[in-house]
Amino acid sequence: MRRFNFAVLCAAVMLCAGHAAAQELSGTLKKIKETGVITLGHRESSIPFSYLDDKQQPVGYALDLCMKVVDAVKAELKMPALKVALQPVTSSNRIPLLQNGTIDLECGSTTNSVQRQEQVSFGPTYFVINITAAVKKSSSIQSILDLNGKPVSTTSGTTSVAEIKKLEKLKGVDFKEIYGKDHAESFLLMAEDRAAAFIMDDILLAGQIANARNPGDYRILPEILRTEPYSMMLRKGDAPFKALVDHAIGAVMKSGEIDKIYAKWFTSPIPPKGINLNFPVTPVIRDAFKNPNDKGV
Amino acid sequence: MGDLDFDVIGRALPYLAHGMQYTVQLTVVAFAGGVVFGTLLALARLSSFKPLALAAAGYVNLMRSIPLLLVIFWFYFLAPVLLQSLTGAERPPQIGAERSAYITFILFEAAYFCEIMRAGIQSIAKGQAAAGFALGLDYWQVMRRIVLPQAFRNMLPVLLTQAIVLFQDVSLVSLLNVTDFVGAAVKIAQRDSRVIEMYLFVAVVYFLLCFALSSGARRLQLRLAIVR
Amino acid sequence: MNFDIFFQQVPDGDGAWWQMLASGLQWTLLVALFAWIMAFALGSLVGVARTTEKRWLIRAGNAYVELFRNIPLIVQFFLWYFVVPDVIPAVKAWVITLDPTRHQFFTAVVCLGFFTSARIAEQVRSGIQSLARGQRNAGYAIGLTQTQTYRYVLLPMAYRIIIPPLTSELMNLIKNTAVAYSIGLTELFFRTREMGEMTFRYFEAFAAATVIYVLIALAANRVMAWIERRVAVPGMIAGAH
Repeated sequence: MRRFNFAVLCAAVMLCAGHAAAQELSGTLKKIKETGVITLGHRESSIPFSYLDDKQQPVGYALDLCMKVVDAVKAELKMPALKVALQPVTSSNRIPLLQNGTIDLECGSTTNSVQRQEQVSFGPTYFVINITAAVKKSSSIQSILDLNGKPVSTTSGTTSVAEIKKLEKLKGVDFKEIYGKDHAESFLLMAEDRAAAFIMDDILLAGQIANARNPGDYRILPEILRTEPYSMMLRKGDAPFKALVDHAIGAVMKSGEIDKIYAKWFTSPIPPKGINLNFPVTPVIRDAFKNPNDKGV
Repeated sequence: MGDLDFDVIGRALPYLAHGMQYTVQLTVVAFAGGVVFGTLLALARLSSFKPLALAAAGYVNLMRSIPLLLVIFWFYFLAPVLLQSLTGAERPPQIGAERSAYITFILFEAAYFCEIMRAGIQSIAKGQAAAGFALGLDYWQVMRRIVLPQAFRNMLPVLLTQAIVLFQDVSLVSLLNVTDFVGAAVKIAQRDSRVIEMYLFVAVVYFLLCFALSSGARRLQLRLAIVR
Repeated sequence: MNFDIFFQQVPDGDGAWWQMLASGLQWTLLVALFAWIMAFALGSLVGVARTTEKRWLIRAGNAYVELFRNIPLIVQFFLWYFVVPDVIPAVKAWVITLDPTRHQFFTAVVCLGFFTSARIAEQVRSGIQSLARGQRNAGYAIGLTQTQTYRYVLLPMAYRIIIPPLTSELMNLIKNTAVAYSIGLTELFFRTREMGEMTFRYFEAFAAATVIYVLIALAANRVMAWIERRVAVPGMIAGAH
């Protein structure tokens, strides 16, 4: 036990001195220092958070924010030439890949949930979504409960799956769930009338609708199943890296720089097709920017 | 079909070509590695040393009774952890889906190539090996200079057919989010919401390629049949 | 390895994880069974067509086999599940009336049925062609029609000869059902992944699936071997061992 205490003491002393020596590093920062590489996990079709542009390069709101973290890591480790590796992840493999060290930071559209917090840590909330449903304008569906007994599509591996099951138990209704591998497939199932509604995060629904052949054919129900914060994921139990992420993103939010980044992705035309999502900052999101926090749901 | 938008394919061609490059690479590497490892397995299965023959047979039967998808996921999730415990490294080595697929396919396909090569080796008259031994060649010389070249030649059409199956099986890595040809198409389909167009395109390209390859393999089979 | 996980309740679901895997296994076996029946019937027809003397039948049979053998299975799943209902209005109209799970099941059976039938057709053709020409002629000589010659002379022998390759096709079919997870059918592989993703116990989940698949393969293999012994004709190659 003595050695442990000694190490803690050393770390504390050096931290106080504001001096970053290699031997005090631990966890992710140590790994980055040793390998000279930070690996960001990104999505490929989570518009506009993290997706591939027309040159198939990962871009998006979450990636812009992650690059702020990368800048902070460069400064902290005094490694201006730090290499950034990009690794595509999916909703189903993002957590194992983070845990097994393939990626160091996940920059996507991941809900900060209490259940996931048992496995991973989250940075400050950078977006807040509402789980709701998209339907065809031509359909008679007015509320989610109207979907009782009807086929409903959603994407496997997302929090909506559990939310639908919960609602079924709570209200005694029965949906016929169809799972798409990804949002485009789930949306297609609804667009082709094979599902009466597509239940998913509102911003992702807006993205699918904006991309559809006839965006005017669809509407999003006003009802909200649940409100969820989005954030970047990092490995659990890595306090120094977590502090760095919190500090870097907190600074962007406090300085107001976040508004520019937000506007770039949510209220301006975005690649690859120059679509504008027209999704201005909601009061809840504004609140998250004012008080950076990592509270899960 | 009037409102399909095939422009999406033109815009994505470079990306799709990149995916096809990976598909071909993985096929070639897995074929070469699989034939080599498969031949060694075949020799082990035919070995008179019982434990070796049993171990090889067990491996081949195990690989042949579980779905390729399951094998792909096994290696993908667990190979880093296993390697870490083997090497005693501080953290799991970075393998990634692209690289783990090479190992997966070599190890998986080897089981199938083993059975092909075993049949090939057994198709060579025993007298030939005996003649080799009588000339004073050792086991490896007999195998390398007499038995395997003929076995390989006899089995070439079957090996090629298996290679075409392998070329198609590679598409399963797209489910691990790897950017092979199918993976590239699926990703574009998702991002641009053009599922129908991309899936049709993939089917047509794969069909044309595999049809050309299998016609080639058949012609080769006819030529070899005449020579023999 | 910790087996408790199989008895843990599925969050927001009903039942424990072993029950989820069992229900997945049920779908796997059902899909395999129906697809096998379809593949065997279609494959036999197409295989026979390719050995007749009618050129157009041979051509059509060859085209059929090439079509289903030269497109990767996963792409065929995408075609049946997404493309076919989109481009054929009648199919779409029918599909909308179906329960989604039933639709996934039908799609899996049809897709695997066609895919496997092309392979069986190939085996049936080579089985028939491996028979001595005299067999067919003898059939005609004693006054049998072409249909009768196939029914009573050629096919009974051909099927016996091709039992070993049919066994491996059956095992392939069972393994290929795992690809149905790509259209969302909750078969064994789907449940295995789901268990891994929700509990993060990938090792236990995959190990269980591996054992189950090996056991099914073993069972299928034994059943076919039993059939082979049962139908063996003494003195013929197929019954030699």
